[in-house]
Amino acid sequence: MKGSKSRRVLPGFGLSMGVVIFYLGLVVLLPIAGVFIKTAGMSLSDFWAAVSNPRVLASYRISFLTAFVAAAVNLIFGPLIAWVLVRYRFPGKKVIDSLVDLPFALPTAVAGIALTSIYAPSGWIGQWLAPLGIKVAYTPLGIMIALIFIGLPFIVRTVQPVIQELERETEEAAVMLGAYRLRTLRRVVVPELVPAMLTGFAMAFARGIGEYGSVVFISGNMPMRTEIAPLLIRTKLEQYDYAGATAIAMVMLIISFAMLLAINYLQWRASRRVVME
Amino acid sequence: MHIEVKRLNKTFGAGTPAVDDVSFGIARGRLIGLLGPSGGGKSTLLRMLAGLEYPDSGEIRINGQRVNELAPQQRGIGFVFQHYALFRHMNVYDNIAFGLTIKKEKKTVIAARVRELLALTGLSGLEKRYPNQLSGGQRQRVAFARALAPRPELLLLDEPFAAIDAKVRKELRTWLKQLISQLGITSIFVTHDQDEAVEVADEMLILQRGRLEQQGAPQTVYERPQTPFVASFIGHSRTLEAPQRLRGFDGAVTAGGSAIVRPEFVEAGLEGELSHPSASEPGTVRHLFFRGTHLEVEVELDGNRLLANRPLDRPPLQVGDCVQVLVHRLYVVEGETVRLLDNPLKHDPFPVHI
Repeated sequence: MKGSKSRRVLPGFGLSMGVVIFYLGLVVLLPIAGVFIKTAGMSLSDFWAAVSNPRVLASYRISFLTAFVAAAVNLIFGPLIAWVLVRYRFPGKKVIDSLVDLPFALPTAVAGIALTSIYAPSGWIGQWLAPLGIKVAYTPLGIMIALIFIGLPFIVRTVQPVIQELERETEEAAVMLGAYRLRTLRRVVVPELVPAMLTGFAMAFARGIGEYGSVVFISGNMPMRTEIAPLLIRTKLEQYDYAGATAIAMVMLIISFAMLLAINYLQWRASRRVVME
Repeated sequence: MHIEVKRLNKTFGAGTPAVDDVSFGIARGRLIGLLGPSGGGKSTLLRMLAGLEYPDSGEIRINGQRVNELAPQQRGIGFVFQHYALFRHMNVYDNIAFGLTIKKEKKTVIAARVRELLALTGLSGLEKRYPNQLSGGQRQRVAFARALAPRPELLLLDEPFAAIDAKVRKELRTWLKQLISQLGITSIFVTHDQDEAVEVADEMLILQRGRLEQQGAPQTVYERPQTPFVASFIGHSRTLEAPQRLRGFDGAVTAGGSAIVRPEFVEAGLEGELSHPSASEPGTVRHLFFRGTHLEVEVELDGNRLLANRPLDRPPLQVGDCVQVLVHRLYVVEGETVRLLDNPLKHDPFPVHI
């Protein structure tokens, strides 16, 4: 940690660290501190009443559950897409590669409206699902689909460089020791990808919890069933209940932070072994 | 023959062939050095034997059985990769045990085999370590142990020492030679270092531009090169620009023909030191290289520059000195073959000077 005591050839620790702290403070910590300060104005019982309201609890459950499932689904398909993009050559590869980034670029509201019109009972896909009794739009399933869309690039883009750096020799070594494709994948390739997959999962999950624009259209926003926490915060704001809104936000912040910390710990444990020397 | 290769070909893309019509046979238990310049097709040949590349044409037989269609997993071959290719997330024990767990061996059998290999490779006590906690030499030993664990019939090693520093490399190659002769397993290792091939191998295969130039014991290849390439590749050989101008060889080598000479074929010394003064000619010392056990002298003659070995106990020479040079023998290039030619003047008891 101490950069000034020992002499270094590459200078600038003091200056760059100062800039980092200032920047993070300004951009990240200050707004979050605002949430805490605003909430601090509430009495404890008011706070408790605001955050333990059944409608609020239901919205937490919806938000965390759908974000988790969506990130988990992407955890399977994201690495697959990354694998195909790295390992194979095919016409249109560049196009598919760019397509992965679209969820980053597309205004989330546009994504939400597009998904809703596709999955609504009269939409392109919805009309085929409706006779089977599967409702997507205006259900938690719809929220998950929106969050899968939003979270995909996070996992693809974190896993892709790691696949790129995998040594083919390692897989060939497994082959020469008698392992066929599936076992090579399971015992040799996937363990190398785990740290990156966890990072991508954490990012997609965190993004899913906070996602608002794409979800509000497809969810239908029914209290207790498809109302996500960010929407509830907005509703409170529209009713000028600023303290109530920040109280919900604070609980979400704390839960999210704890989860990210836990995932980062897992990621650190998994990467300890495979750090390049 | 344990391993037989017949007319093997492989071309990548539209380029020149990586392996060009190669045929050879290897007896059981031999340690083979596959030697040649970088890009000569050595690794491609090895990978085809392993089944990691498919030949365009030709046949590979192991124990008389054609294996071309056999998956690499079924060939019973151990492979040691150049950069170790250890499984980074597994400790030493699990790395070595990998091939045995794939075979679904009993836990106790695996434990016994891994212990045996740890002892054999001198890695006992390191079984809980991870690859990033080992030195280069230790990692290479783990790679050997891992390849040997399922008791392969054939061991293939792709530049096994290339990534290891010089001193450890020498130790490892002596160790490997002992280990392999102890186990009696047929082995082929790829190298571009001729010292390594000469020191370790029972037999050498010399490959250049995808073609097999010569197969034979190191000493045979050294003394009796069959092609101009082998003659120039092995030893500190030099191709002469004007061999017909060398004293004694004027009639034997046609003008415009080429010849290859090694420093141990040439003697350079002061007047009176040489054994056949009548066959020698004057030259000038241009460079002196200290080689530890002897001195290498670069001398300039009329139209040729030669290297000569000189024992260290002779009087010292200086750059610019005039010396007598005697070329005992050289390799005359005749089309695709070479011929060893002794200096005719050495055998003429009464040389006549006109």
